[in-house]
Amino acid sequence: MLSKKIANSELAIMLIFSAVVLTMPIWLAPIGAGYPDLLQKFAIFGLFAIGYNILFGMTGYLSFGHAAFLGVGSYAAVWSFKLLTMNVLPAVLFGVLFSGAFAFLIGYVSLRRSGIYFSILTLAFAQMSYNLAYSVLTPITNGETGLQLTNKDPRIIDSLLSSEPVIGLPSTVLFGIKMSGYSGFYFCAVVLILGFFIALRISRSPFGLVLKGIKSNQTRMKFTGFNTRPYMITAFVISGMYAGLAGSLMAVTDPLAGAERMQWTASGEVVLMTILGGVGTLIGPVLGAGLIKYFENIFSAFNDRALHELFAFLPDGVENLFVTIVSPFVGEGWHLTLGVLFMIIIVFLPGGIIQGIERINNRFFKKSSSAKSDSNES
Amino acid sequence: MKETNISRRSVLKGTAALGLAGTAPMFFVRNASAAGYLNDPGSASSVTLGFNVPQTGAYADEGADELRAYELAVSHLNGEGDGGMMNTMKPLSLKGNGILGKKVEYVTGDTQTKSDAARASAKRMIEKDGAVMITGGSSSGVAIAVQGLCQEAGVIFMAGLTHSNDTTGKDKRRNGFRHFFNGYMSGAALGPVLEKAYGTERNAYHLTADYTWGWTQEASIKASTENIGWNTSNTVKTPVGAGDFSQYITPVLNSGADTLILNHYGKDMINSLTQAVQFGLRDKNVNGKDFVIIVPLYSRLMAQGAGEAVKGIFGSTNWHWSLADEGSKAFVKSFGEAYGFPPSQAAHTCYVQALLYADACERAGTFMPCEVVNALEGHKFDGMGNGPTEYRAEDHQCFKDVLVVKGKDNPSSQFDVLEVVEVTPRAQVEYAPDNEFFAGGDLGPCNNGAA
Repeated sequence: MLSKKIANSELAIMLIFSAVVLTMPIWLAPIGAGYPDLLQKFAIFGLFAIGYNILFGMTGYLSFGHAAFLGVGSYAAVWSFKLLTMNVLPAVLFGVLFSGAFAFLIGYVSLRRSGIYFSILTLAFAQMSYNLAYSVLTPITNGETGLQLTNKDPRIIDSLLSSEPVIGLPSTVLFGIKMSGYSGFYFCAVVLILGFFIALRISRSPFGLVLKGIKSNQTRMKFTGFNTRPYMITAFVISGMYAGLAGSLMAVTDPLAGAERMQWTASGEVVLMTILGGVGTLIGPVLGAGLIKYFENIFSAFNDRALHELFAFLPDGVENLFVTIVSPFVGEGWHLTLGVLFMIIIVFLPGGIIQGIERINNRFFKKSSSAKSDSNES
Repeated sequence: MKETNISRRSVLKGTAALGLAGTAPMFFVRNASAAGYLNDPGSASSVTLGFNVPQTGAYADEGADELRAYELAVSHLNGEGDGGMMNTMKPLSLKGNGILGKKVEYVTGDTQTKSDAARASAKRMIEKDGAVMITGGSSSGVAIAVQGLCQEAGVIFMAGLTHSNDTTGKDKRRNGFRHFFNGYMSGAALGPVLEKAYGTERNAYHLTADYTWGWTQEASIKASTENIGWNTSNTVKTPVGAGDFSQYITPVLNSGADTLILNHYGKDMINSLTQAVQFGLRDKNVNGKDFVIIVPLYSRLMAQGAGEAVKGIFGSTNWHWSLADEGSKAFVKSFGEAYGFPPSQAAHTCYVQALLYADACERAGTFMPCEVVNALEGHKFDGMGNGPTEYRAEDHQCFKDVLVVKGKDNPSSQFDVLEVVEVTPRAQVEYAPDNEFFAGGDLGPCNNGAA
């Protein structure tokens, strides 16, 4: 009976999640975010944050180096496009495999420590990877310029399958479907839904329970005879593979890989996303990722002219005043807005956006919540 | 577990409800592309251009000046202000009523001097704002990344400040155009001047920004200085945006080199040059010769930022506001009236690029990228501040005179920090399209971006 209920609710969660994700082009359009590139970013970074949350949210291990796996995934995918084929499936596969292997190496060393030492170790490894990609491994990564496709790439499988010369640069495809624009978004969205489902299953599996046990008290786990280390490494590798998947999707939608993807700021970004959305919740990191990417892409594009248009209904003097007040917070000042928002959320809603939604829910819908829990709006 | 389930569900439902409430029929009518090319303004009364410049990072000063220039160009194109270079540009098809009768609108974005961010920003302009042309960039890495994107997407890219040989060399694209000069031209122009000033027996030490621009400029300057008999003692790569260069400058003191060549730009150049001077390099005497510093790519903004340190230092530049030709004077005048100070070379090249694009559309009679490419390839023009200039069809590089400049010893104002030592004629800096520094690229076909 109980298990059936859980299965049911799981189905419901997945259905609703899929519906929301797949209809993003419609409901994000009114706020100016319904265009392919940003939608792809939502899906990709949502996936990245979900994977990160498997480590940080479930086990409490704060990794500051996840961007390294993102970068490895991107480079692997672009190399797959360069050497093998423009089909995206091998690229995604290699991205996940390489980042998984890389995560195993780093995790094997880093997980010997916990707490702040673990964070510092991952940060150090990520910074090392970044510097390697930036200058030392230039033949593989093409340094700061970034790895790009060229007409001279061998693409062994593609050239075996068809002999007609490609005019211009080829684009990434999934068996003939171009992976740019909306089709690229739907591909990412499907992967996001799958990734979400796997994360949901993990969090409800015995394995997930062990991870949560590690978070609440690792010493006690060890005393009961549990060897936590294999579990930790597995969680680390899984979350690294998610990052690699996200990285390879970035390459799928835009076949270029740059070293700055591995920079510590990128690692910090996913921490922010997770905390902003709600650590340990499944949907929170996705929301956090969406919010940050929205700020980065939409807020940063506001310039004074756009502000003047926005406040055009006000009398001139007041309009100028408003523009002067608001302009430091938009355009190049978008970081400032994000910082303020982040502070507000951390101070008032330590549980992130999810906690905020819960509070609103409790205040307004508490009384009827039990009655409403089965109603469905679509 | 169960409690969180319920709340999670309600959260999801809330989100879904919000989503469905916001449902608009926009989804299925997105930019139907029956027109034949991407973002065709059709019968709309305006056309949108995308200005993608660094607003944060090591090149933010240049980016800010570029944006000013673009805004000025838009107002001139729309017939506002005094018209600037539209009074001096020859030949001129523009009428001061926008482009092809359409009012010019623009959107801006921050490249953050990062390829990823720049591409995301350019994609937003193309996909969301419907820009027909992207221009800007103050880093060659970014310019090359965005140029590749514009080629794939099918819009025109008018490169802003990008000095790497690769932009119109191994990474050239049919949809991309560069007005700015490049590393090879700097080397070719500087060589004879350096020989005259410092002789033929020098031992040079390079500090180089570690990306495409630094690499190609270092190679070009190295070739050119070795050609006049100099020896290259060492070349060291430094990360972009390092801030502190002392760890790279200290080894120079003991290297036995008597010349330091700084292949840096923007805030990096300001920092490395200032620190080199603070470390007393210029007061040193090595092998009986005074130690000298050379900054191959100079800009007035940087010279201003470095202050006293630039006095007497040689470099090259694409354009300088003190030039006395009609085009430069007109541009400096209208820029000065609008912003209160003279424009930088970054501003100049961006302003010219915007006008050249508009003029090409006017001549082609359409915004269709392939037609605009045809109109620009091999186009010869004058009156834009650099004398007679040609957009070479083979690599989409502009060929024109190059300025060799020197930090002024007695500046008359805070903007008057550079003096033009020599105007190197075009013939001296010209090279064959298959020159070894530019080989390996292919323009490929042009792309209209139609589905």
